[in-house]
Parts: sequence; C-alpha cells; structure tokens
Amino acid sequence: MSFSSMMIQLVGGFERSVLIFALTLLFSLPLGLVVAFCRMSKFKPLSSLTKIIISILRGTPLMLQLFAWFYGPFYIFNIKLTTSYRLVAIIIGFSVNYAAYFAEIYRSGIESIPVGQYEAANVLGYSKSQTFSRIIFPQMVKRVIPPVTNEVITLVKDTSLAFAIAYTEMFTIAKQIAAANASVVPLFAAGVFYFVFNFVVAKVMELFEKKLSYYR
Amino acid sequence: MKILEINHCKKQFDGVEVLKDISLSVEEGQVVSIIGPSGSGKSTLLRCATLLETMDGGDLIYLGDYACKNVDDKAVYSSQEELKKIKSNYGLVFQNFNLFPHYSVMKNITEAPMLVQKRNKDEVYAEAKVLLKKMGLEDKENAYPYQLSGGQQQRVSIARALAMNPKILFFDEPTSALDPELTGEILKVIKDLAAEHMTMVIVTHEMSFARDVSNHIIFMDGGVIVEEGKPEDVINHPTQERTKLFLSRFQN
Repeated sequence: MSFSSMMIQLVGGFERSVLIFALTLLFSLPLGLVVAFCRMSKFKPLSSLTKIIISILRGTPLMLQLFAWFYGPFYIFNIKLTTSYRLVAIIIGFSVNYAAYFAEIYRSGIESIPVGQYEAANVLGYSKSQTFSRIIFPQMVKRVIPPVTNEVITLVKDTSLAFAIAYTEMFTIAKQIAAANASVVPLFAAGVFYFVFNFVVAKVMELFEKKLSYYR
Repeated sequence: MKILEINHCKKQFDGVEVLKDISLSVEEGQVVSIIGPSGSGKSTLLRCATLLETMDGGDLIYLGDYACKNVDDKAVYSSQEELKKIKSNYGLVFQNFNLFPHYSVMKNITEAPMLVQKRNKDEVYAEAKVLLKKMGLEDKENAYPYQLSGGQQQRVSIARALAMNPKILFFDEPTSALDPELTGEILKVIKDLAAEHMTMVIVTHEMSFARDVSNHIIFMDGGVIVEEGKPEDVINHPTQERTKLFLSRFQN
C-alpha cells in the first residue's frame, strides 16, 4: 500500500476521531455542570446518588462502559438497534464518563471561590442565579481551565477506545493497515496525528487561559 | 426617624450562645460604633442585621418594616420578596473588601444598581464617577481590584455600597486588613461620610476613631452589651469593670 493511500485512510479515521472528540465535549462540558449541581445539592438523596454514580463512572474502565451502552439495550432490555446506534452509544458513553470528571473539577472550582463573594453579592441584592452566573461561574471557569485541559487532552487519546465496539476511528484503521502490511508505519503515523491534535488543543486552551489572565 | 431597630436578638451556633438578648436602635444620621474583644459577638450582630446570618429570636426592623419578627420566642422571617425590598435599605463594607476580582472598578460599582435596582445606565455611571472622585479614585475606573492597594480596594468597596443609595451603611472592621497608613485613609473617608450625616454602624478596633466619629458607642462582650452611651463616657470614663479592663491597654 502506498503512503498516500494510507494517509487518505488515516485521515478518514481521524475525521471520525475528531467527531467523537467534538461531540463528547459539546455534551459533557455542560452536562458536567448539571452533575456538579446535583452533587452539591442540599437535598441529601440527590447528592448521595450523584456521588455513587460518579464513583461508578470514574471507578470502572471507559471501555467497559462503552460495552454497556452499546450491548446493554439489547442484552438487558431486548431492544434491537441499528448499526448507526454504534456512534450514539460511543457519544453517550464518552459524554457521561467525561461529565463525571468535569463535574468534580467544576465542584472543586466552585467550592474554591471565597464565601465573601457570595456574601457581597447577597448584600448587594443579587439573586441566587445572578450570583452564580455573574460572580461565581466566570471565576470558576478561570480556575478550572488547567484541570479541564488535562481531561481534554486525555479525551483526544481516549477516542481510540471506540475500537472496542468496532467503530472505525483512526486507531482502528491504523491497526488494520499495520496488520495487513506488516508495518509499524501506520501506527507511528497515527501517533503523530494524536500528538499534533493535542498540540493544537493545548495551544487553544492556553489561549483561553491568556484571555482570562486580565485579572487575578 | 428610626432607621434600624433590633430587639432582643438571640443567636447560637451549635448550642453556644453568641448573642444573648441584644437590643439597639439607630436613628437617621446617627453613627454607632460597636467595640469589644474578638469573639464578643459584634461581627455576628452585624451579620444578623445584614441578613447574612439568621437570628434565632428577636425582631429586626428597617424603617418600620419587619425583616424578622419574634413570635413565641422564635425569629420568624418575612417573605423573600419582602426581604429583597428591605435589603435595598442597607449596605455593608467587609473587612476583606470582597470586591469582584473579574470586574473593573467601574463594573464593581455599577452592576448592582443597574441589575438589582434596574436603574438607567447613564445615570448610574454618572453617579459612580462622582463617587469615585469623592474616594480619590477618579483615575482608577478601568483598573481591576488586584491592581489596587488594600486602601484603594476598600474605598472602591465603600463606593460600591454607596452606589446603592443605602439608608444605612454597616462597616465590619473596615481597617483590620490594612496597615496603619492605609487605615488612616479609610478612617478619613468614613469621617467625611459622617460629616454628611450618613447613618452608619461601625464595628471597629480603632478606639480613638470610634470616639471621634460616633454619636453612640456600644461595648460588647460575651454576647451582651456591657456598656453603651456617649463616646467620651464609654471610652474615657467607663463605669463597668470589663470595659475598663478592655480599654486599659488603649488608654495607656
């Protein structure tokens, strides 16, 4: 197989990896905030339940969770799903798993804001939602960027786990080509793709950080 | 006219009585200073008055409106809506300023009047500029809090409170986080406000300042008012042993 045809196949897989990456972030970043709220709820049953769910999501392999989302509907509920459900299961699995991590990062960010900020807003007559959206949330975002960057970089590499349920993203394709041609070049090329992608991700996050460095 | 009235305020934290039956009232234009050792309950009293803490028993009344009423020896608070209205009567200046770090000086001062009081932007900005000038910070409107000294930050926080046009302003140890030089500039600002007959309640450890600026001084210890009266009497000629002991260090 020529180098260029290998690259064309890899790029096709790369597009699918990017799709998993983008959709996961799109859903998990906001979902994480909802989960963080549930986790911090004053209603004990809700916060305890959320804590248990988070601990399961963080405590079991993401690959296993992908199996559960993909095969679960059929084996547990006997629901027959089409093959297009493959991508749906991947996005649900990734988003829910990453939301659990983001929730804990958000929680640490929210809880690190000094109580005086809430009190100042309270005395000035801000409502609870105004206090959160205008005073707490923007300061939280600044504080969580470094740990969120960590997770986002991990996500780039984790997209390769989709091979577990036979979704042909870049890593799956690289392995196939490597096996068919008895060559490590495709795997090496895939590694370069991941690295370059993450380099861009890190640069973008750095930009966000810079943008928010106008205050301390 | 009575701006603030607190009757028989009681407050405990985990069974420890922090405030035992405190009553006080503040007339329009009056400056009341609350002094006393750490842990005497003076900050808690201020936090109860500004609804940052709920009292267990007693009345809290602003301009005749009950924020909280004593019913069967229990404090019963008014509806959220009622409390929101009552909140617009007072402002509070914190020991640690508590400015919003992500807002410029101008936004710190102008957001609440526009957002909470729904006032016109041009009017609020014009008023904020006047306040900044008064605080000697006219060149700092675009600065961020971290770029200011502690004294400047505290002056911004005073301007932020004043921008809401409160009927009464509370100060919770406004100079305790500042060095003596910066303390002086804040005390001057408060004195200027007193000269304009701003109604104020000040919790402070600055004895000579309390004596000079206030009409009435309250000495608290162990959750009760030990002694109160005219500044010269309480500071210079205290009658209670506890007050004498507390002030002895100051008088030497």
